Amino acid sequence: MSASAKPPVFKNPVVRWIDHRLPVFSFMSHELNDYPTPRNLNYMWSFGSLAGIVLVIMILTGIILAMHYTPNSALAFNSVEHIMRDVNYGWLIRYIHMNGASMFFIVVYIHIFRGLYYGSYKAPRELLWLLGILILILMMATAFMGYVLPWGQMSFWGATVITNLFSAIPLVGQDIVTWLWGGYAVDNPTLNRFFSLHYLLPFIIVAVVMLHLIALHRFGSNNPLGIDMKGPQDSIPFHPYYTIKDLFGLAVFLVFYAALVCFAPNLFGEPDNYIPANPLSTPSEIVPEWYFLPYYAILRSIPNKLAGVIAMFGAIALLAVVPWLDRSPVRSARFRPIYQQFFWLLLADCFLLGYCGAHPPSGWYVVAARLATAYYYLHFLVVFPLLGLFERPRPLPMSIGKPVLSPDTAPSGARAKVTP
Amino acid sequence: MARALMKSLALVGLLVAGVLAAALPARADDEALPTVHWSFTGAFGTFDQETLRRGFQVYKEICSNCHSMNLVHYRDLAALGYSEDEIKAIAASFQITDGPNDNGDMYERPGRPSDAFKPPFPNEQAARAANGGALPPDLSLIVKARKGGADYVHDLLTGYTEPPAGMTMQAGMNYDKYFPGHQLAMPQPISDGSVTYIDGTRATTDQEAFDVANFLAWTSEPELVERHRIGVKSVLFLIVLSGLLYAVKRKVWAGIH
Repeated sequence: MSASAKPPVFKNPVVRWIDHRLPVFSFMSHELNDYPTPRNLNYMWSFGSLAGIVLVIMILTGIILAMHYTPNSALAFNSVEHIMRDVNYGWLIRYIHMNGASMFFIVVYIHIFRGLYYGSYKAPRELLWLLGILILILMMATAFMGYVLPWGQMSFWGATVITNLFSAIPLVGQDIVTWLWGGYAVDNPTLNRFFSLHYLLPFIIVAVVMLHLIALHRFGSNNPLGIDMKGPQDSIPFHPYYTIKDLFGLAVFLVFYAALVCFAPNLFGEPDNYIPANPLSTPSEIVPEWYFLPYYAILRSIPNKLAGVIAMFGAIALLAVVPWLDRSPVRSARFRPIYQQFFWLLLADCFLLGYCGAHPPSGWYVVAARLATAYYYLHFLVVFPLLGLFERPRPLPMSIGKPVLSPDTAPSGARAKVTP
Repeated sequence: MARALMKSLALVGLLVAGVLAAALPARADDEALPTVHWSFTGAFGTFDQETLRRGFQVYKEICSNCHSMNLVHYRDLAALGYSEDEIKAIAASFQITDGPNDNGDMYERPGRPSDAFKPPFPNEQAARAANGGALPPDLSLIVKARKGGADYVHDLLTGYTEPPAGMTMQAGMNYDKYFPGHQLAMPQPISDGSVTYIDGTRATTDQEAFDVANFLAWTSEPELVERHRIGVKSVLFLIVLSGLLYAVKRKVWAGIH
């Protein structure tokens, strides 16, 4: 039942011959078959593997799209419509890719909030968390540049607004923007380099995902109880238990994904992006894709441009340093009654920020966005450090395998971390 | 286990719903768009070929005098139920500029099914010159490119009224209830009897607007019918697959609890 550390013996002589020279089969067996996984993971833990699968879907569909797409400002819009109309099942591949970006962010945001709830970022998994944040940042850059490629109105004006953020940097800001554009406005050189980088970055994401997995497999998954595995009774091999559980999760995920692609492919899109880019006509409202809306709200809630840009990037930077802001020795929010409340407050706060980001910054929306921004910062800079000092956690179970074990029979040392 | 699963699924559902709510753009217009019942909405939605053909007639006889439709080809009309010979005849009724020939001259020839719809003007400048400086937008994607989609197209076409008292209109502009800003360069294009339908349907303004909005929904999303068909099949398949995988998961995990 539990994972063993014995080296695998392969029956197939060919496999044995190869493995002796190139131990790929031992490696796979070690990382999948024997890899000890906590026996109590819930379905929130399926989102990590889901994210990996969506990344593969994005790369595969993206490679096919690149075969038919033309990264030239005069041709890009029509080449996308050529994919939609003339390429066999081009519409399906493009809609899978376009909505895949949204599904990717849904999955990854759930994955991140799962980590926040169960304290998965705490020692010894700080680097695992940091690599995850790096993946998020790379994803954002990739998604932003991908959105520019169809060269519709929102592509063009979104690119203009976002690249212009760098002009807030004192002294060299405008020069940096000119350098990013490859000219004095968003134009063909900008589109060319965005296409190039949009093709490159996903492979860098793959590399960082590898590092993320290596860091994960060092100590194994955290779990809903947030306590370490203390012996073989706490763990089960990843395969077949979590392969089948994740496969079931994948199938359920695909139901939603397929429904989105086939029944509402433009739900997350802006109608303006079906109008070819026109530098002489600004859309009435420039809105980023939904997954950027909370950051957009933070940016706009601060009247000073430079401060707004800093606050926006700071929101992600804070996420990166959570392992050092959170001083509580207890990982899982299940045993942190006050943190649990604040967690849901932060989640609601992010939704509120997203809601404000989708609306023009006037009247009530400005007030709400400013309050939500203030709370976001308060949550990370004040709530996290103070809770570690003042919160009294509930008693932790002795082990994953026998959570109801009485204190008398508990192995010594198991409670060491618990005592507040 | 089942309860934990339900809780997790409910949470995912909640998150997705919240994301959707945040993503839905809000209309800030003063006049809410009346909604029309379309045959192509919903998971089983499909186009009605009779309606599409009437809409094509409205487009061909009225809209195409000013609006191009560069992304649609005559061959695409097969989706409206036209036969190959009918499509050849429709295409041949247009004179397409082709060339240059071996002498270096451009020449006119009858259209072929592989040609894109013939645009009314050779270039943007000519289109503007003929329309008082305003550029009639290409209609290929118009339903996808406007908030409100087909509703918007239908309502705009039927929304022409006298401007409210006290509103000063710019020269050459027309008042439309549903156009953002209400001042529209396009004069009311259709009214009762603007076309004489080949199939004998009574050509009211509303009927014409309904038909042409259907046609424009098709030109925006020619893949819609097949997309819905694939969607129904794949979603049903995936639901069954999920059920099977859940059963296997229960069996594999049976010894654990």
